[in-house]
Amino acid sequence: MRLIEGRNITIGYEDDPVLSGLSFTVDDCDYLCIVGENGSGKSTFIKTVLSLIPPLSGKILFENGLKRNEIGYLPQQAGIQRDFPSSVMEVVLSGCLNRHRKLFGYSKDEKERAMHELARLGMAGKRQSSFQELSGGQQQRVLLARALMATDKLLLLDEPAAGLDAAATAELYEIIDSLHGSGTAIMMVTHDIHPALNAADTILHLSHGSYFFGRKEEYFRSEMGRIFLKEAGHDHQ
Amino acid sequence: MIISDILSYPFLLRALIVGFLVSVSSSLLGVSLVLRRFSMIGDGLSHVGFGALGVAAVLYLQPMAVTLPVVIIAAFLLLRLSGRNSGDRAIALISSSALAVGVIAVSVGGVNTDLNAFLFGSILSIARSDAIIAAVAAVMTFFVYIVFYHQIYASTFDPSFAEATGIKCSRYTSILAVLTAVIIVVGMRMLGSLLISSLIIFPATTAMLVSRSYLMVSVVAAAESAIAFISGFLASYAFSLPAGASVVAAHMVIFAAVYIISRAVRCFRTSSVG
Repeated sequence: MRLIEGRNITIGYEDDPVLSGLSFTVDDCDYLCIVGENGSGKSTFIKTVLSLIPPLSGKILFENGLKRNEIGYLPQQAGIQRDFPSSVMEVVLSGCLNRHRKLFGYSKDEKERAMHELARLGMAGKRQSSFQELSGGQQQRVLLARALMATDKLLLLDEPAAGLDAAATAELYEIIDSLHGSGTAIMMVTHDIHPALNAADTILHLSHGSYFFGRKEEYFRSEMGRIFLKEAGHDHQ
Repeated sequence: MIISDILSYPFLLRALIVGFLVSVSSSLLGVSLVLRRFSMIGDGLSHVGFGALGVAAVLYLQPMAVTLPVVIIAAFLLLRLSGRNSGDRAIALISSSALAVGVIAVSVGGVNTDLNAFLFGSILSIARSDAIIAAVAAVMTFFVYIVFYHQIYASTFDPSFAEATGIKCSRYTSILAVLTAVIIVVGMRMLGSLLISSLIIFPATTAMLVSRSYLMVSVVAAAESAIAFISGFLASYAFSLPAGASVVAAHMVIFAAVYIISRAVRCFRTSSVG
């Protein structure tokens, strides 16, 4: 079942196209890794998928009931203040704000949903805690629960493991794998080659002016994939 | 005794009510501003207000009619156009420039205005019309903060996520900018342009020492602001102290007390755990 399809899109800002002729698809249960050097347009691509900036040409189609603004998004950590006084529940509940209609407080359903998402990520015991007192890995799990409040069809993760130590990184990838296993499609920007090698089904490699989109196996046989692997120290061919 | 005294003088009662409303609403704005790293915006805007008042006095214009739009534009520019990192620089530039314009205007015009009232406020001599404007602005701020509470929270905590889920962060930033400007302008008449920023910074900072959630920060900040204003106001009446400075001093005392107590509690907890 198709969720998102980009047809021949050009991404970038006015008069400054970063990449053109890009086509890609994300299906139900897909695991797409987005890789590429700094400045190759990964952030621009994400903003385009999130409908924050329109594609300069071409179209992004949302299918099978997936709505714009309903992508479970985990932004890069840099944007969040670590010392922000907020409870874990407040953070998670803010994930359903775009559908929120009540003036004061959140409804019982919304609270139950938040509890359910926290429990799935092993954070039920921390719901009363203050967000600022959690470890980096725990904070990421809370933000993942917030993303799941928007939808559990598709998660868009922007370098989720940045700044985490090895143990927390492994734990986070395990959680992402288990979400993928339970039917959530994953789109993940990463600098880390390992998730691409292990879990991903499809790869989108953005490079200055060109790109690769396809199955992981094809990617590793492609010129672009070989160079990427070599640079990442996985030159085993 | 003091309270019945105050209640028997209409101008004191008016000052008390307006000061209370402005204090509480500026504390709510302060929560979001401090967390957005815009603590100094109150200071900057009040200097812009001073500059505008000076120019208005020289040109014999209605002070409110000049100050309000100028400060709103300045707030808009500061919050919308400057990124989070260059915010403090932009505030310093705008505030010192505006202060210079104000000082030149006052000296060139030879205006016989009381500079002291501009700088340190005159809550007791606040005119009836100004009091009504201030009360309306404060109640409006209170109302907007409650209605858009969740949106303001989300766009303060994580603007990139909020944008992605369809919340127009820039809209709430603009609302925040306009409300801050209005509260600063009306508050300046009471506390003066040098002291008004304390109404924004102290409550939020004190509340952050003891709060674990955003809701609690908002509630504690509003309560702290109310207590500090009333106790400062009463102290100024009882000991014949300048009103604005007494209110700020009350904020300072509460902050220091809360800081010491919260530190002591934390030390006690860690030592009893370890």
